[in-house]
Order: sequence, then C-alpha cells, then structure tokens
Amino acid sequence: MTTQTLEPSPAASRAPASAGSVLVRRRQRWGWLFVSPFLLVFALFLIIPLGYALWMSLFTSTLAAGTEFTGLANYVRAFNDPLFLEGMLRVLGFGAVMIPAQLIVALIAALVLDTLSTWLSKLTRLFIFVPYAVPVVIGALMWSFLYSPRFGPGATIFTALGLDAPNFLGPDTIFASLVNIVTWQWAGYYMVVIYSALRAIDPAIYEAARIDGANGLQTALRIKIPMISSSMVMVITFALIGTLQFFTEPVVLQSIAQGSIDAAYTPNMYAFSLAFSYSQFNYASAIAFSLGILVFIGSFVFLFLTRKQSGLK
Amino acid sequence: MAAATAVAALTMVGLAACSGEAEAACTNEVVNPDATQVTVWAWYPAFEQVVDHFNETHEDVQVCWTNAGQGNDEYTKFSTAIEAGSGAPDVIMLEAEVLSSFAIRDALVDLTEYGVGEIEGDYTEGAWKDVSSGDAVYAVPVDGGPMGMLYRQDILDEYGIAPPTTWAEFEAAAVQLKEAGAPGVLANFPTNGRAFNQALFAQAGSAPYEYDPANPAEIGIEVDDQASKDVLAYWEGLVDEGLVSTDDAFTADYNTKLVDGTYAIYLAAAWGPGYLQGLSDTDPDAVWRAAPLPQWDLENPTQVNWGGSTFAVTQQAEDKEAAALVAQEIFGTEEAWKIGVEEAALFPLWKPMLESDYFRDLEYPFFGGQKINEDVFLEAAQGYEGFTFSPFQNYAYDQLTEELFAMTEGQKDAAGALEDLQSSLEKYAQEQGFTLK
Repeated sequence: MTTQTLEPSPAASRAPASAGSVLVRRRQRWGWLFVSPFLLVFALFLIIPLGYALWMSLFTSTLAAGTEFTGLANYVRAFNDPLFLEGMLRVLGFGAVMIPAQLIVALIAALVLDTLSTWLSKLTRLFIFVPYAVPVVIGALMWSFLYSPRFGPGATIFTALGLDAPNFLGPDTIFASLVNIVTWQWAGYYMVVIYSALRAIDPAIYEAARIDGANGLQTALRIKIPMISSSMVMVITFALIGTLQFFTEPVVLQSIAQGSIDAAYTPNMYAFSLAFSYSQFNYASAIAFSLGILVFIGSFVFLFLTRKQSGLK
Repeated sequence: MAAATAVAALTMVGLAACSGEAEAACTNEVVNPDATQVTVWAWYPAFEQVVDHFNETHEDVQVCWTNAGQGNDEYTKFSTAIEAGSGAPDVIMLEAEVLSSFAIRDALVDLTEYGVGEIEGDYTEGAWKDVSSGDAVYAVPVDGGPMGMLYRQDILDEYGIAPPTTWAEFEAAAVQLKEAGAPGVLANFPTNGRAFNQALFAQAGSAPYEYDPANPAEIGIEVDDQASKDVLAYWEGLVDEGLVSTDDAFTADYNTKLVDGTYAIYLAAAWGPGYLQGLSDTDPDAVWRAAPLPQWDLENPTQVNWGGSTFAVTQQAEDKEAAALVAQEIFGTEEAWKIGVEEAALFPLWKPMLESDYFRDLEYPFFGGQKINEDVFLEAAQGYEGFTFSPFQNYAYDQLTEELFAMTEGQKDAAGALEDLQSSLEKYAQEQGFTLK
C-alpha cells in the first residue's frame, strides 16, 4: 500500500531520562499538580462510582429475601439471561447496519466537499454538520413527531400518491427508523472528522497523481482513502462503542412505540429499567459491567485488527 | 453517543435526589419560615393553591412543595432516593397501585402510630382498603378514579347509536359505526393501558393478586383466570374485526384522537374530564356527555377504579409526626377540596366533599351542564370495593403491555397471552424470593 511510506513517524522518542533524576521527579510533581483537577473529577465521578457499581454487582438483592453476597452469580445470570443476550444481538445488528451507513454517508460527503471550494460547499458542510449540534434527545423527539402517523409528513405524502402510509413505529420498521435517526445525527460529525483528515494531506501528492494520469475517482479511492485510514479507524471505533451503548434514541421513541420497543430493547435500556423501574440495582450493575466488558473486548479486538491502518503498529 | 447523555441524565437524577432535603428550594412560598417544614412531592394540577391554603392556615407546620414528575417519573426518583438512603421527600404523592411496591422496601411509614385511624371514617371502605394492608395503613387517600364512559353525543346521534349500557351493546354499536362508514372508530384499546386494562379485567371479577404485607414472602398470582380471558377475548374480537383501534395511550397522537372525534367513546376514569379539558386541538362542535361504564351483567353491575392517588409518609422523613399531619390535613378541608374539584377536576375520596350536595349538583360546562357526578361517578365510586396490587406492579404492567401487544399483532390469542403473562410473573416472583401460594 502506498500509505506505508507516508505514515507519520512515531513522535521522535526523547532520550529516556534516568528515573532517579531529581529534575525529572520535580517536573513530574508539577505535572501531577496540573492534572490534579481533572484527576479529582475523574476519580469522583468515574472511578469511585465504577468501583461502587462493581461492589454492588457482587450482591444479590430480592424484594422478599433481602440482600446477600453472591460473588459472581449475577454475572453468570447475566450471560445466561435471554433478555440481555437478545439485546446484545440486537445492538450488534444495529452496528452491522448503522456503522457502514454512517461511514458511507460521511465519507462520500467529505470526499465530495473536499474537491469543491465554493461558498456553496462551505454552506453544505455546515448543513450536514448541523444535526450533530442538535441534542440527541431533541433530535429523537423531532423524529418521533416526523414518524407519527398523525402529525408526520409520511401520511400526507403517501396519501397524495394514493398509497397506504407505512407505520414507521411498527415492530418490523422500528429498526430502520432508529438507524435513520442515528445516521442523520452522526454522519455529519464523522464527515467533519474525515474532512479535516483530508485537508491535512499534502496537495502535492494530488498533483503527482494527476501527472501520473489518475482521474478524480482514482485519486479518491487510491490516495485519499488509504491516507486517512487512521481517521477512519477512529470514526469506526467511536461508532462501535456508541452503538453497543445504544440508549437515548430508543428510550425517546419508546414513549410512542411501547409495543415495538420493550424495556430490554438494548442492554443499556435493560440495565436502566432493572435499576430504576424494577429496583434491582445489584443485577443492573452486573448487566452494566457485563456490557462494559463486552464493549471493551469489542473495541480492543477491532483496534488490534486494524492496527496497521490506524498506525498503532 | 447515547452514553454521555445517559450518564448526564443519571447524574441529574442523583443531584436532584441529593437536593431533596428540607433546605431544597420550594416551588411555593413558605408563609411562616420559623415553623417545621415538611417537603412534599406531588403532581396535582393547581396544587400550589392547595399548598398556600395549608400554609396560611397552619402556624407550626409548613409545606415545601416540589413537582418531581408525574407517575413513573416521580417513582423513579423516589426509588433511587430509597436506594441511596437520602433525598426522598417527607410526604409523597403515590398512586394506590404502587403502595405495596414501596411498602415492601420499607420506604413508607405505617400511619396507624400517627393517629390515622381517626380519619378512617372520612373515606369509603374501598378507598381505605386500597391504602391499608392488614392492620397497617401506608397512605391517606386523596383522589379516586371510578370509571365511566365519556362519549361524543354528536357522533353517536349522527349514526343513530344509543350510548351502550352493556358490552354486548358496545360491540353492536362498534359494528354499526363501522358499517355506516364512519371515519373514526367507537373506542381505543391501548396495549399500554396498564391500570386501564387491569380495571377492565377486574370488572368481570378478576382479582389477580393475593398479597398480605404481614406475610411478605408469600404471594398468590392469578392473572390468567377465566374472567380475564373472557374480557380479553372480547377485545381481541373487536381488534381483529377492526372495530376498535389499538393506539398507544398518552401519546400526542392519542391525545389528538381523543378530542378530534376519531374515538366516539372514551372509556375513562373520573379524572378523564379534567384530562380532556387540558388537551388542545379540540373539535369546537364536540358534544361530550358522560354515562356509566358498560356492564357485563346489567342486573349485577360491577364498578371499577382506574388510577387515583394518595399521600404517603416516607421513612426518610425527619419529623414523621409533622409529615403525617400534612398527609392527613392537606386535602382535609372543604376549601382545599373546592380548589381540587374546581381547578384540578379531581374526584375526592374525602367523604365530607364526596357526599356534599355541592359536589353532587356540580354542573360541568364541558358536558353541557350535565351533573356528571350525580349521573355517573358517585355511583361508580360507591360500588368500588378496593383492589390488591402486587409488590412488583411496575414489572407486571410492563409484562402485560408486552403480552397485549403480541396479541394485537396476532402472535398469540387472548388466552395464550394471559397464560404467558402468568408464567412470566410466577418466574419473576420466584426470582425475587417469593413463595407462590
């Protein structure tokens, strides 16, 4: 691949200072001081709650029999719980459809915008990005009105064409409806990431390609995409983690499509209902941790497989 | 993506819970700042006036009121506060159906120690049964939801249909409406009706739970009894024939259809008129009237209840005596109830108001001056005998919604849906450490 020679070389490694040096230790002390505000917040709102949740997940609490220490029993139950496993499969299904959809939309938009440089392209770039600026809950609420058989434009359009309007919120269509919301919201963000990676490529390379006789499509496929592969890996990793933790959009749509989206639709929703609707905080912690472990493994495997493209190797 | 929002939402819940202590900002203004303050969570309409009335008439106790959300939104916060050990209010508005769910978690105070027995006579037997379990009394009843039928007289007249008095007539009316090519349907059967669906089963004699908090580890579950199966099969027939719609309740779509004439009949509780009046886009030519709920057997009418609420005192209350006083007295005067009836359209369970001539003879402009209490709801409330709910009612309702949805999608029939519900609830009860009776 052409990228190999162009890959940014790892930051020039400084000569390792001897660990015992007074100067280095003093410097490190200042370093710790500067990061301490972050560390404090990080510990208070992430590490400690995580530890507490882990501790909670080791107990079993039932309505009738009280709380007792049961070790890893909740995890055994979680990985045998059809609701959790179905939810996990469902988010994997979402990932299989949603990640490519977002990536293709974002990539095409970025490649097209990269070749244009009129004021119109700048405006278009802004418009594609705008959905990301809408808070997720508001975006999902807006779509829930658009999908509504009563208020949405679907009914009007289909009636005008003499067709029956589809139910966007039925059990068979809700999957596509959710994919649509997420793609609408996130493709613009990924487009900006990819676009800025494209802008960082030295234009001299394009010139060389042109002299070699490459047309626009060839330049895009053979030069641009390989050169931004590390950004693509980052985008996919974000999308992967986000999809496995799918929560807000289905929760918002649930209020108008209760039958199609049940309380255990995604693993995160399942953990949420267990804790806050059914007061099973211990088991909910175990579900949340199990999801966390799977997300970690998934991201790790993905980053390992793409280590060449992302420049980690 | 979503995780960040979720975390933010959870943090908000946490922060909201932390600030629920006595020093929290009140929505209302406290009249006597030196007096003992009791924090109250409630979502009644026009409640601020009731709170003001209480504060103006009490020297040594003052109410500090917050609206922490309606129904499940509030219960979620309360549930989190119970788990956290702090953050709950002193007095909380709860629907009768969730009382045992919170009582089993030791979150509510037994009010018998605080003289609640003295006011037992102010409430009907059915209402009192709903708040007590064995000897314990976990809340003070406030408003009720005796069921009736609100209908569009203009629509029924247009198609020459008399308001149905039995379920057989109801079905005939639905057929007539459909055959006449009406644009709407007779009524809606929401699969997420929860307490509404359960009330319809109860009318035919279903008593799904047998539970006594004196013996908290034992529960009897019978949701797949013949009465429920018959009722559900009846609705399954209506749904299959397209005679009723199956829209989710309490959505924007549903609200619009309630008032734009899509449904000719709204099977409702006594708080239904208030709910209707609060909706927008009302058909200006609508003629609403109220009639009793259709019956299975006109000779032996059965009255049922849907919703209604109570005030309970939480275990986290610092001054339980003051809290109990607030729970008992806030809706314990005629002035307070006048606000409740006229401004909030509540149905009082407090007998001095319930049995007053004023309430009986009240004419409702929304119903063209009909005395709906005298005609419909007073009788419905009289006949109500109380109901036992499970200590995991929220779960049971969620499962009911799932099964009803599967039925309307044609995946199973009425009997199959209820049998599946029975087995899933039995399994859940056992997981939660109950023994089945």
